[in-house]
Parts: sequence; structure tokens; C-alpha cells
Amino acid sequence: MKKINNLNWLIGGPQGSGVDSSAITFARTCSSIGLYVYGKREYHSNIKGAHSYYPVCISDTPIRSHSDNIDILATFEKETLLLHKDNVVPNGVIIYDKEINFEIDNNKFLLVPVPFNQIIKEAAIKYQREKDFSKLQIMRNVITVAASLAILNLDLEYLKRTLETIFVGRRAKLLDINLFAAQLAYEYIKNNEYDKKSIYELKPIDNKQELVLTSGTTATAIGKIAGGCRFQTYYPITPASDESEYLEAHPEYGVLVVQTEDEIAAVCMAIGAALTGVRSATSTSGPGFSLMAEAQGWAGINEVPVVIFNYQRGGPSTGLPTRHEQGDLEFSMHAGHSEFPRIVISPGDIEESFYLAAESFNLAEKYQLPVVFLSDKSIANSIQTVPKFDISKIKIDRGKLLSDQELEQIIQKEGKYKRFKFVEDGISPRIVLGQGAFWNTGDEHDELGHICEESNNRTQMFDKRMRKINKILEELPDNLKYKLYGPEDAEYTIVGWGSVKGPVLDSLQEINKYYKTNFLQIILLKPFPAKEILPILKKAKMLISIESNYSGQLANLIRKETGILINKRILKWNGRAFSREEVFKSVIDAINLDQERIVCIAGI
Amino acid sequence: MAYKIGDLKTEYQSDWCPGCGDFGILNALMSALVDLQLDLKKVVIVSGIGCSGKTPHFINTAGIHTLHGRDIPFATGIKLSNPELTVIVVGGDGNTYGIGAGHFLNAGRRNVDLTCLVFNNGVYGLTKGQASPTLKLGMKTKSLPLPNINDSINPLIVAIACGYTFIARSYAYDVKHLKEIIKKAIMHRGLSLVDILQPCPSYNDIHTKEYFEEVINNSKRIYKLEESGYDGEVKDPSDQQEIQQKLIQAILKAQEWGEKIPIGVFYKINLPTYEDRITQRYNKSLNPAKDIFFDGSKPTTDISQLLQEIEVKKYTRG
Repeated sequence: MKKINNLNWLIGGPQGSGVDSSAITFARTCSSIGLYVYGKREYHSNIKGAHSYYPVCISDTPIRSHSDNIDILATFEKETLLLHKDNVVPNGVIIYDKEINFEIDNNKFLLVPVPFNQIIKEAAIKYQREKDFSKLQIMRNVITVAASLAILNLDLEYLKRTLETIFVGRRAKLLDINLFAAQLAYEYIKNNEYDKKSIYELKPIDNKQELVLTSGTTATAIGKIAGGCRFQTYYPITPASDESEYLEAHPEYGVLVVQTEDEIAAVCMAIGAALTGVRSATSTSGPGFSLMAEAQGWAGINEVPVVIFNYQRGGPSTGLPTRHEQGDLEFSMHAGHSEFPRIVISPGDIEESFYLAAESFNLAEKYQLPVVFLSDKSIANSIQTVPKFDISKIKIDRGKLLSDQELEQIIQKEGKYKRFKFVEDGISPRIVLGQGAFWNTGDEHDELGHICEESNNRTQMFDKRMRKINKILEELPDNLKYKLYGPEDAEYTIVGWGSVKGPVLDSLQEINKYYKTNFLQIILLKPFPAKEILPILKKAKMLISIESNYSGQLANLIRKETGILINKRILKWNGRAFSREEVFKSVIDAINLDQERIVCIAGI
Repeated sequence: MAYKIGDLKTEYQSDWCPGCGDFGILNALMSALVDLQLDLKKVVIVSGIGCSGKTPHFINTAGIHTLHGRDIPFATGIKLSNPELTVIVVGGDGNTYGIGAGHFLNAGRRNVDLTCLVFNNGVYGLTKGQASPTLKLGMKTKSLPLPNINDSINPLIVAIACGYTFIARSYAYDVKHLKEIIKKAIMHRGLSLVDILQPCPSYNDIHTKEYFEEVINNSKRIYKLEESGYDGEVKDPSDQQEIQQKLIQAILKAQEWGEKIPIGVFYKINLPTYEDRITQRYNKSLNPAKDIFFDGSKPTTDISQLLQEIEVKKYTRG
């Protein structure tokens, strides 16, 4: 019996050799026959040469996470074979370069040696490009994908269609030679009947759902455009820069992108821009976010709507610059001295990234404060088939933004406009630069915005700002605070945030075969929706937290905000996101073992 | 109706020390605004931290008193997101040439249409007189326990090296000269620096009014470039030779310090601004603050093309 339409494929190779584009070609081809895909990019902080790899998981039902198991390992170099062979399942397929001397148990796997050099040579001769032989080595990628699809017995036509969408513009002239190399690889597999020996197969399915295949940074960038963001600053940093570069590459949407001299300038420029009324943002990762601490306090005391997109990566310091972590929750909530209202909101996946990115500007303007959009490397760099984004679900709300006429009326009635007028809900009507005079200062200020050290004013003005916190908690709908997945009357509740959502949802069904379990995803982290989640937490017989950090920062936050101690914590800080098998096993362990910390270590 | 200086004053009371050079600068700035009669709704004063940072509170236009050294980035964000605004930056020497040096330097690479006024008194006044980046090596003001262990930078030469397109120096107690220089700086299309020599009566007992105005060999220590026949303006920005010559001239002149201290315009050139470069990159001039992206509560940006780029195109073989 063949395994149809469900498999984990992995390609590996030196950085810069085209691993990413192979994975994307494979993923796109699989999605074009109606299947769901999830791909995870793993790479070093290096330009060329270090080992990178990219698993792509294929399924006929929605899929949101990677697997520790490999059904098909595809590569053209030895390091990948050595590093990943132990993860290949029995009867799995290993596609490799025929010229590599590689010894492995022949009975356990289907070994598929491919004559890469011979194929490239033949293609070079046909297209009279013999002298470009070393340049044409890049075609190893397309050969690997073609060989994989041949083994999966999928008609070559599908790959052709994908390549036709990739080799466009100035790369169009490379299409024919790539198609020819793909065809040679495909025929080689067929002629040697490897497809007949393989237990895996792909078959097109009739999938009516409208899907997009995209990454977290792209989804976030499109969400920003849709939500009206028109000013973005950044200083180059992994993995956040991809988002800014996407905006830069689409100037027709009029988002002014400024690359600054450092992250201090980035956040200050974004705040300055926000003062003119434009929806303004900056994107960064840990080290850059650290530099943005002081200015967040300024935006806080001056009640400026600015959105800071923080893509977490391994820390502290430079840490693991290209690897995953959720270690910045506590820092994102507290960056900057003293206290001021701020919203910290975290998407759990690529689809939520789109909608929340747009929504974050509403929150910033409505409550006149800095918003931290807390994403992570796993969401940023993964690709996934998700339902097509629907802009009609986005609503624009600019809060108490005064028109020129409204400003005029206030001035006529009250003599002058007070930017920080004491009002009951703490949110004073706002004007922007260009409408008239108002003052901002990093010092404590009076209602006009002038420096004021008078003690009663200080007491009142601080309180005015902080009153917004209650209003946020009162007004935000539940789906911006948390989401609950699985049976409501579960005995076990898994609690998590950010990208753990994917592997948890992908293992929830399996866990429920043994234990009735649900998953509580926290979206609003600051201010914390304690009242709303308390009944859910209280209902469970056992609470299990899961986070990609050392101490369990969300669990600590829940303890602080609700008094409830979560003493089963699944933790991982090796720089690699949770796999779905890992989540399954560690949840079962958490339930069965008398152990407070379950530490996960999977991943290469 | 034309506004006068009185219309520009706010109720906010100054707490600068008696005799502070800041008063002269504030007067000159307000007089410059009165002379230019700019639409006050469109004027924004952005300041950093220090005594100079309080300036916006005394002027009846929008005033943004920012963080220490970060006035230029704030101002850049304001100007680029609404180019209709006239943005004037005021900062001290510690603010701009010390903690904000990275921004001061990189601003030159952009040439955004901003006017930067630097209140240069050689000390950190508000923290009681520590040495600033413009106090020379070995100098001991009355606020310092020991002579200055650091040497100074020359802000004019730094500005020349970084690409500022209007570089001038003036003097806080010559309000008339300063006013004219500020007017020129505001009217200059591009990034302007006006370094303003300014006595700090509380902490700097070296660079006093008496020092700057001392008569040596029948003339004041401070003298005006315009009156000495110096012309720093590049007449033909496409003439590389002229640019070279004017740059070298400015660098040489900026090093003059001691018995003679020049004030006036050291260098000026009309070059495309960052805003011009944006227009070129985006094929239209951008005013992000005025972009209309919604109608009622509905977003109006058409993202269908972006979605099409990432859309899963399904093929069924016929």
C-alpha cells in the first residue's frame, strides 16, 4: 500500500547553493495539486557554505508544523546525508549524488543515487553552455526536485508549470535549460523504476479552498499595507529585515521605507512620523528591540500611536541570530524605565500575522500608545498554505483623531486645544502635526504638553495614562485576547503563545486519543486578560504550558496575573521550533511524569 | 494678518539662567519666523535634551521635545511623512555632537530638508557643567574639577565630511546676524547646520561674551565671513572643480580659531534632497501623512495584486 499525499520531505545543502529555492519550488508544486504544505527554513548566520536545510511537510489536510521524521531526504552533498540520515524513517527515500561515496543500510531505505553531473553536462551541451559548467551546478536544485517528484509519481507537467512562474523576467532565459535538466532527472528515475519501489505517492486532489502560500514576514507586510501603514523604518537584522525589504520591493503601495543608521534612529523616526498622523511602524529583532527601549517610554508618556514589530530570535546578546526563541516576552512587556501603558500582542501563525498586523494600528491609534507586535523566527521564516487573506475582514478605527473643524470648535469653546486634556477614559482627543500647535516632551507634562513637575499634576497625569489599561481590557473582543481550541470540557489544558500554536494544533487530535485536552492560545499579553482566561484555567484538572524559552515566561506571567501556578512546563531553547511529535510526547510526559520541567531538544 | 513676536510667545515661563545665550537664540529664531511669515500651523520645532531642549515650549507652534540626542531622527520622521511641514531642530553640543553624533553624521547622507540649530557652549549645562564634545583638550572651565582630558571635534568639518548642504556658524549675542543666518538656513532646501556659539554664564567661564567680543588688533575676535569677502556658496552644483574648491576653502576656514573666529555661511550647495530621491524611487512625491487608505471603516488599499503573487495556483490536468 502506498502512502498517498502525506509525507515529510527535506532538502539540505550548503548555504547559498539554492536550498531555499528548491524547497519553495517543491512546496509550490505540491500546493498546486491541492495539497497543504508547511516548510521551515533553518540556516546559519553565514553567507555561503554552512549547512542549511528546509523540511517541507505535505498533507491533504491543513498542516501547520514540521516533523522530526523524514520520509524523503533529498540532497546533493554529503554533510546533509550524515546529519539527517538518522531521521529518515524505515522504507524512507534517500536521494543523493551518485558520485558521493555513501554507505548506509540498503535494506532499510530506498537509496536513489542521481547522476547530477551527467545530467548537468548533457543539458550544458544541448544549450551550448559547456563553458558555464560550474555556474550550472545551481541546477542541482531543480534536478533534486524533479527526481523527488518522479519518485512520487507526479506528472512532470506540474513542475513545469511551477518553473514557468519562477523563471520570469530576467531569469526567463534560464527556463528551457532548467526544464530540460528536470526532464532528464525525471526520466532517469522512471527508467530505473525507483518510483515503483517507493511507498510514497502524490495525487492531485480537488481542493476548492482559496489558499496562499507565504511566509510570516510577507503576511505581516501585506497586513501592514492593508491596515494603512505608510511609514516604516528598519535597521538590517535577521530575521526581521525580510519584512521591510518586502515593503521596499513594492513601492507602488506608497509605504515609505527608511533604512536608518541604527535601531534608535529607527524607532525615533517612526515615532516622529506617527506624530504627523501617518500609520507608522518599525521592524526589528532582539538586539534592535533592546536599543528601542528608551524611545518606547517617550512614545508612552506622549501617547503616540506607533507599532514596533519584534521578531524574536535566540538571545541573549547576539545569541542565535538565525534561530528561533520566544525569550523576549518579559522584556517586550517592560522595555523602558518606569511605567506606561503599552499593548503587547502576539500572532500564533502566518494567517493571524496578516490580520493582527493590520489591527495593531487600530489599537495604537484608538488607545494612543505604543504597540509591540511580538512575532518570532519560526513564524517569520516558515512558509505555509493558509486561507487567502480577506481584506474585508479588516476594519479601520483611528480613535479620537480630530478633524480641523472639530479642532476649531474646541478652540472656540475652550480657548485652546489641550493635547493631554484630563478625560475620564484617559484618552484625550488627538491632533497631528500640521493641524496646529501642541507640545510633547519626555518630561512629565501638563494638559498642554508643557514640562511640569508640579506634584498634583504628576499624580493625575500618570493616572490618566494608566486608566487606558482598563479600557483596553474592557473593549477588546475575546478573539484579540485569546483563543481556545479543542473540547471545552477538557481535563487537560495546554497554554501557549506565538508559534507553538502550529505544532500544538497538529498534535492535539493525537493527544485527545488518550487524554481529553484543549489548547489555550494567549494573544494579548499586555495588558493581560486575566479575568477572561481565569475560568478556563480553573476548569482544567492539569495545566501544561509550552514555550520556546528557558524559564516559562508566559507561565510566570499567568502566575503573576492570576495567582495560578502552572507546574508542568514544556520548554525548549535550543534555537529550533517544536516539532509536532515533540509536542505530543512532551504533553503525554507532562501528564504522566512527576516532573515540573519537560525540556525538549529535537532539531539539528 | 501678519504675526509679530508677541504672537509667538507662550505662557510657559523660561527657567534659563540670567544672561544665558539661549535667550538670544530664541529671539533670533522667533524674529526669523516673523520675517519669513511661515504658516505657523506648518512649523514644527523639534528639540533634544538639555537647556536648549526647552526651546519649543516658549514658541507658539507645534513643539516636540524629544530624547537626548534623538531630535534629528524624530525630525526626519516628521519631515518625510509630511514634507509640507517646516521642521527646525534645536539641540545642544552635547546632544548633537555627543550622544546624538551617529544621527548627526548619518543625516548628512540623506540631505533631508531640515534646519539644525546647535546651541554650542562647550558644556553640559543642565547636569552642571561637564565637558562637552566641543571643549578643547586641557581646558578647565570653572565647573570642571580637572582640565578636560578629551579633545574637541570640529562640527563644521564633520558636517562638511558628512554631506550637509548648508553649513554656517553664528553667535548668540549677535541676534541680527543669527536671525539672518537662521532665515537662510530655513529657506535652504536641504539639510542645514547652524552651529551657534553661545556663552554659558553658569559653567563656562572661558567662552564668555567678553571672550568672543574681545577686541584684538582693533577688531573683534568674532568677525563676519560675509564682510571679509568669503563666499562659501557653490554656484554651479554640476561643476566638480568648484565644489572641490569650496569644500577645501570651507575646511580651511573652519579651522580658524583663536584670535580670530569667523561666523557666517561656510558652505552652501543646492543638491537633490532625500525627498527628491524618494520621488524618483516611487515615481511620485510622497506625503505619507496625507495618503488616504480607508473610507469610513473600510480599508481601501487594493492588495489583490499582492495576494495574486502568493496565491496557490491549482492545476488540474485536462
